[in-house]
Amino acid sequence: MSDWLTQSRASGLILIVVLLLLWELSALYLVNTPTWPPVTRIFHAWIANVLDGTLPLHLLATLWRQMLGYGLAVVLGILMGLAMGYYRPLYNLFEPLVEAIRPIPGPAYLPILVLFVGIGHEMKVVLVLVASFFPILLNTFSGVRSIDPVQFDTARTLGLNTLQTFRELVIPAASPQILTGMRISLAISLILAVLGEMIVSNDGLGYYTLLAQRTFRVPEMYAGIFTLAMLGYTLNRVFLLVESRLIRWHQESSGRR
Amino acid sequence: MSNYLEVNNLEKRFAAHGRNAFEDISFVVAKGEFVALIGPSGCGKSTLLHVAAGLSSPTSGHISLGGELVTGPRSELMFVFQQYTKSIFPWKTVLENVRLAVKYLPNVDRKQMTELCHAQLEHVGLGRYSNYYPYQLSGGMQQRVAIARALARRPQILLMDEPFSALDAMMRVELQDLLLNLWDELNLTIVFVTHDLDEALYLAQRVIVLSASPGRIAEVVKVPLGYPRNQVASRSDPQYLQLRERLYSVMTEQVTRARAAGP
Repeated sequence: MSDWLTQSRASGLILIVVLLLLWELSALYLVNTPTWPPVTRIFHAWIANVLDGTLPLHLLATLWRQMLGYGLAVVLGILMGLAMGYYRPLYNLFEPLVEAIRPIPGPAYLPILVLFVGIGHEMKVVLVLVASFFPILLNTFSGVRSIDPVQFDTARTLGLNTLQTFRELVIPAASPQILTGMRISLAISLILAVLGEMIVSNDGLGYYTLLAQRTFRVPEMYAGIFTLAMLGYTLNRVFLLVESRLIRWHQESSGRR
Repeated sequence: MSNYLEVNNLEKRFAAHGRNAFEDISFVVAKGEFVALIGPSGCGKSTLLHVAAGLSSPTSGHISLGGELVTGPRSELMFVFQQYTKSIFPWKTVLENVRLAVKYLPNVDRKQMTELCHAQLEHVGLGRYSNYYPYQLSGGMQQRVAIARALARRPQILLMDEPFSALDAMMRVELQDLLLNLWDELNLTIVFVTHDLDEALYLAQRVIVLSASPGRIAEVVKVPLGYPRNQVASRSDPQYLQLRERLYSVMTEQVTRARAAGP
């Protein structure tokens, strides 16, 4: 076997193409059922819905509520995480509570939220917020807590006050772990946004996909799922790009590329 | 010579196990003096240096610097840590690391400050490396960055905690001579902690030997060699060899006693 096939990602891409081809052929010649449309038909439906503006609109709706909830989770998670990581009494006060709440799966908040914030846009934003919050909080405070005492002593001998210490030491030192938390939560935020839309909504990719299934527009259903796959993939790629810009020192000094 | 750093009846008890790190420590360092503190591992010499720097408070006794009681880090005193990989911030370039020492000082002109930092880097032989990141430098170069950063604050006194112990032999020798040059040129006062007897004798005017845990002052010796010192000539001087022999037996006695008393 030639090296480029096993040593690069070429083999992975070829596998995807082969699977799509198998899907296409099986749907055309082997399984004749409306639930298993050929890929080309899905693609046609996808193009049609992109061009008539339906998919872009639903995509934007999903992205908006996801980013709003995620953005709030990032701000709150980092602020609280920094405070908990830096001030021991705050950590002692909140850590047991965090440990108690954290295992609750994100979707379990849904019934409570419906009672308190209703079934509208806010419910989905808060659902995303609550589920995305904990990974960021946990990674932030553990990042701050793992800063070496020598680094704090260095800051003290250089005469830095608390604010300067945060700016010059705490935030940069914890940033690799903060970004890890943010990346985990980014995936969670998309899951929860789509889930919220599938439960109750009148727009968004979750709504679009489920409605297509309920009205037997199966190619559209798959088109919605493909769009979600692309969205998730793109978000992660963009995140990795930003991350490598922000903490190049960390990735290069720890031998990661 | 006038007394600059005064340590009086210093004692430090570890809260965790109630044992003393060191006790009954009194000594004086004159302005411009180079003193080495040496002792077996676990004798509390590093802790002693942290207390002297105001990074940790003593259980009893006190330290004064220039006649003023030390209660926290002081700007005329700079500390150089053994763990340069941590003390030098890896997310900052070499220049940014040095600049951190002066960045927040009141009334500093930005441009002047950058020039000062460049000058300090030239001083330690890192002029060409100002835009490098620490991970791109060798250990010896990273410790030079730490020294340049300390010097950028124009300190009167440097407290150094085994600064060269993690370096290989050649680097260590180079940095020892660099340090002696800086000491001479800038009229610094230096307290240098090490576990290396040869390093202590080569560098210092006076060597304070601490006893095994809990650390007490076991012996104080003057090093009768002049400056500039030479890595080959000074180390083969009869007076040096004689002193080395004497301190060596003091040290081995302390180590043996530490083993006997140890857990």
